[in-house]
Amino acid sequence: MAVKQEEINFSRNEQSETTMLPGSFAKAMRTNVIWQFIRFVAINLKMLIVVSKSH
Amino acid sequence: MARVVILGGGVSGHTAATFAAKWLGNSHEVVVVTPNAKWNWIPSNIWVGVGQMSKEEVTFDLDPVYKKAGITYKQAKAVSLNPEGSETETKPFVTIEYTGQGKEGTSEDVTYDYVINATGPKLNFGATPGLGEGSQLGEHTVSVCTADHAEHANHKLLESIEKMKKGERQKFLVGTGHGMCTCQGAAFEYIFNIEHELKKAGVRDMADIKWISNESFLGDFGMGGLHMKVGGYVVSSKIFSESLYTERGVDWMIGAHVSKVEAGSIDYELLDGTTGKENFDFAMLIPPFAGVGLKAYAKDGSDITGTVFAPNGFMKVDAKYDAGAYENWKASDWPRTYQNPTYNNMFACGIAFAPPHIISKPMSSPNGTPINPTPPRTGMPSGIIGKAVAHSVCDLMTKGESAKLHEASMAEMGAACVASAGKGLTTGTAAAMTVYPVVPDFEKYPGTGRDTDYTFGEIGLAGHWIKHILHHLFIYKAQLKPGWTLIPE
Repeated sequence: MAVKQEEINFSRNEQSETTMLPGSFAKAMRTNVIWQFIRFVAINLKMLIVVSKSH
Repeated sequence: MARVVILGGGVSGHTAATFAAKWLGNSHEVVVVTPNAKWNWIPSNIWVGVGQMSKEEVTFDLDPVYKKAGITYKQAKAVSLNPEGSETETKPFVTIEYTGQGKEGTSEDVTYDYVINATGPKLNFGATPGLGEGSQLGEHTVSVCTADHAEHANHKLLESIEKMKKGERQKFLVGTGHGMCTCQGAAFEYIFNIEHELKKAGVRDMADIKWISNESFLGDFGMGGLHMKVGGYVVSSKIFSESLYTERGVDWMIGAHVSKVEAGSIDYELLDGTTGKENFDFAMLIPPFAGVGLKAYAKDGSDITGTVFAPNGFMKVDAKYDAGAYENWKASDWPRTYQNPTYNNMFACGIAFAPPHIISKPMSSPNGTPINPTPPRTGMPSGIIGKAVAHSVCDLMTKGESAKLHEASMAEMGAACVASAGKGLTTGTAAAMTVYPVVPDFEKYPGTGRDTDYTFGEIGLAGHWIKHILHHLFIYKAQLKPGWTLIPE
């Protein structure tokens, strides 16, 4: 069975052993245009609230 | 007619000047003193540093913008302040030395009714032997602090890429060049842009990339770290950052003070007191910041610099500078109005104000070397503070000295940070983060010091698009194009 990329990264050194890494689904969603458009709207709304709370 | 003089034309100074000009109209005079001929949207310098944007795309000429706004523009650097005037001048004044407009090297005393110090930082390369001399970048490393520096960084990056294409392995070292640096975010963004560009160039497997920073843990960012909502979890920025670095195969060295830079290597000291040497082929190390070295004189000519400025050269404002030990620090230590406590017609904004203390937990090595990030005061907070200070000064000028001052505490203000990797609209990703408030308030938010509903992080194309929009939006705003006041800081 082929070694997954996250397994390679985890085993690079001691520093890398204890973190979390995205799997293939999480990575795919990062560049999925439809999902990212939804996130774009959500992040912008949150940022606008932060901006309005800051003034 | 009264006059407000704004020292500095960066994010904070430009915001203060343009709003002051709009609110005061022709009834009072707004003067900007800045040594630069161009305005620079500094966050996009990262893209200049990897060849994804030109210097021209992140800068524009200040002169036509200030003409349009009715602002008197003096391309000069401020040298000293006389807040009480002098024996020959009854009004307070600032002494400036021209750097352009055909008057290079000549001095002038500019009187004022109000002054706003927004000089930004001196890039203190000289603090680390070999990193540079004074505020000048040295020959061994590169920087992305200015558009010119970023352009130079890209040339060096291209040279390294060419070497890798010829089969020569390259070591990249990116981070902070001193134990007391701030602006880890810029270096954080740059290292991932380099990694992205190396992948694009097909040479990633020929590169060793390492982060070096004065943070005591990865993800401190000069804010003592943060807990943020990520994918429904509340996650420490340490885990968030370690995940990013590990995923991209980037090693890290933290709690590091760079003590010397030489051709191809740095000497460092770590928080545990150990010292060592790290080699590099390409290094981008952010310098520490200091005040620009403004002096202040009393009416009789005596030096009162220590009264007006903190020892690090930043201007004292209404902060609590005697908060004492870390255990006693509170959100309320942070300034609200940015008015100088001695001279109430003097204000400071952006990086130029002296913070009461750092935000991160103070740390030093067993040898006594302080190694901790200093507080970030750039970007969104810088603009918001500039606008609040301009509002206060305008009210004082138009309503009289009893006018209520406007407030903008960093303990009640958020910040948005978008760290991109790449520039394409469908390729690359960005880490979009917001933090609220910038300075943690453990009395209001006893758990993490921050509101986790508005402190979040997310990785994806959406952040990338936001970074693009912010670039165009803020340059549009700074050029005072129609509707500019509708765009928030």
